[in-house]
Amino acid sequence: MSRSTVALGERVATAVLWSAALGVIAVFAWLLVDLAGQGLSRLSFEFLTAAPRNAGRQGGLGPILVSTALILLVCMAVSLPLGLGTAILLAEFTAPTQRFGRLVRRSLDVLAGVPSIVFGLFGNVFFCQVLGLGFSILAGGLTLACMVLPILIRATEEGLRAVSDEHRRNAAALGLSRAATIAHLLLPAAMPGLLAGWILGVSRAAAETAALMFTSGYVDRMPESLLDSGRALTIHIYDLSMNVPGGNATAAASALVLVALLLLCNVASACFASRWLPRRSLAR
Amino acid sequence: MSRSFGDTILIWALRACAAIAGAVVLLIGCFVLAESIPALASIGLTRFFSDASWHPTQGLYGLLPMLWGTLLATAGAVLLATPLGIAAGVFCNFYAPPPLAKIYRRILELLAGIPSVVYGFWGLMVLVPLIGRLQPPGPSLLAGILVLTLMTLPTIALTADAAIRSVPDDYRRAAAALGLSRFATVRRVILPVAKSGLLTGVILQVGRALGETMAILMVCGNQVQTPRSVFDPIRTLTANIALEMAYATGSHRGALFVSGLLLLGVIVCLVIVADRVAHRRVHV
Repeated sequence: MSRSTVALGERVATAVLWSAALGVIAVFAWLLVDLAGQGLSRLSFEFLTAAPRNAGRQGGLGPILVSTALILLVCMAVSLPLGLGTAILLAEFTAPTQRFGRLVRRSLDVLAGVPSIVFGLFGNVFFCQVLGLGFSILAGGLTLACMVLPILIRATEEGLRAVSDEHRRNAAALGLSRAATIAHLLLPAAMPGLLAGWILGVSRAAAETAALMFTSGYVDRMPESLLDSGRALTIHIYDLSMNVPGGNATAAASALVLVALLLLCNVASACFASRWLPRRSLAR
Repeated sequence: MSRSFGDTILIWALRACAAIAGAVVLLIGCFVLAESIPALASIGLTRFFSDASWHPTQGLYGLLPMLWGTLLATAGAVLLATPLGIAAGVFCNFYAPPPLAKIYRRILELLAGIPSVVYGFWGLMVLVPLIGRLQPPGPSLLAGILVLTLMTLPTIALTADAAIRSVPDDYRRAAAALGLSRFATVRRVILPVAKSGLLTGVILQVGRALGETMAILMVCGNQVQTPRSVFDPIRTLTANIALEMAYATGSHRGALFVSGLLLLGVIVCLVIVADRVAHRRVHV
């Protein structure tokens, strides 16, 4: 190959890569601008607090936001302690070769790949029927708890592993028990990283739709207890755009609210993560 | 090493957590299997693949048209998203100035968190009418492929970026010392070394695309048929579950669980393959 064809090929490759990368961003910008264009006019404080009227075409999101928050609360209340315990075991007490640990890890890897609609099927049978919870916020939250478990465990494990071994050796030299070392040293040191991971888990749960269709249901009234059916924000968007003619503007506005919430989660998570990194390097 | 009493309790509590977390996936498998067994027994496995079509009320349980829908939508999306995702990963590491690469990664992370229902809504509002103008009716395999491509792209790009970044610097220096141009370095040195990481990311995205429900449900038209062109409406296995679970009873419901079981089986295989690929160091 002569030098000029090499240079030409190089220039073509550069042009292709830049246009591919920028094209990708442009498509996503198109998506967000469209959503904003359709939905911004519907957004107001009243929209966030009022009850939906006329199948959601008018009114707001009040009860739906409450239901979403309750579903997420149930989800995290169950998955956080379980995930934290599992992650501590895997990170602090399990050698990589140990059989039990390997088994748990492998099963979590599979769990992370299970499609959300299959979680929905499982939640419908197990939580709604076998445990008798019916279509309820509790059943939806528990289904989501199963779903976010692998994400929470992986994030927590990584956070704990990032804590310098010096902490562990110092604690051992002082004669601290493992329990005390974890509670007073490792968890506080890893906390910003753990928080960052947990917020990502919450945002993953908030983005979920298919697992909630037959577990928490479609009822858009204000929930009175955790055993009431409650409509999550994602289900609301789906229902408005598919089943309610003329619901597009409200669907777009609801989608904007959801994306804004997730954006907030993401920024919070990034803040925690960046606070954590400098401290980690100081500790070394 | 002797342990304090508190530590013993702690370890057993942690083991209990890990056992529960590890058992979730088994529980899911068992319940989905248990719900499918009556249908498998009364209908028989072969009829799911040999029946001419899907009319559960008339006793026809052919899953093949929907299986084709799922496979074609997934294949199309992965074929489109993989080169674009890898291009974005290469762009971040070799072409973009470092500050731009940092912003680009942040944007990709944000996009990876956008809920599938939002992608589906946008597809329904924007892509479906556009395709309808090109070739009616609009809701089609093509719309599904495009929306799935958008959905999987950020994650493929992020895993590609991580895989490329983890290539040891020695390779870059060696390539530079040989006087290789930038694109030749990428194509002949970096991508072959990062192969196993890239492949793992793609396999996991295949799993995600197979299991995706909402976006596909909203843009594909949901007619049960084997598509003859990309403009034909299709229904996927996941969309079928989402559409019919609400009213299905008896062996119809059982048949939906069989399709869930099928999805679960495929995903388990993919996760195991991905695990194998990730742990095998690929040298060239």
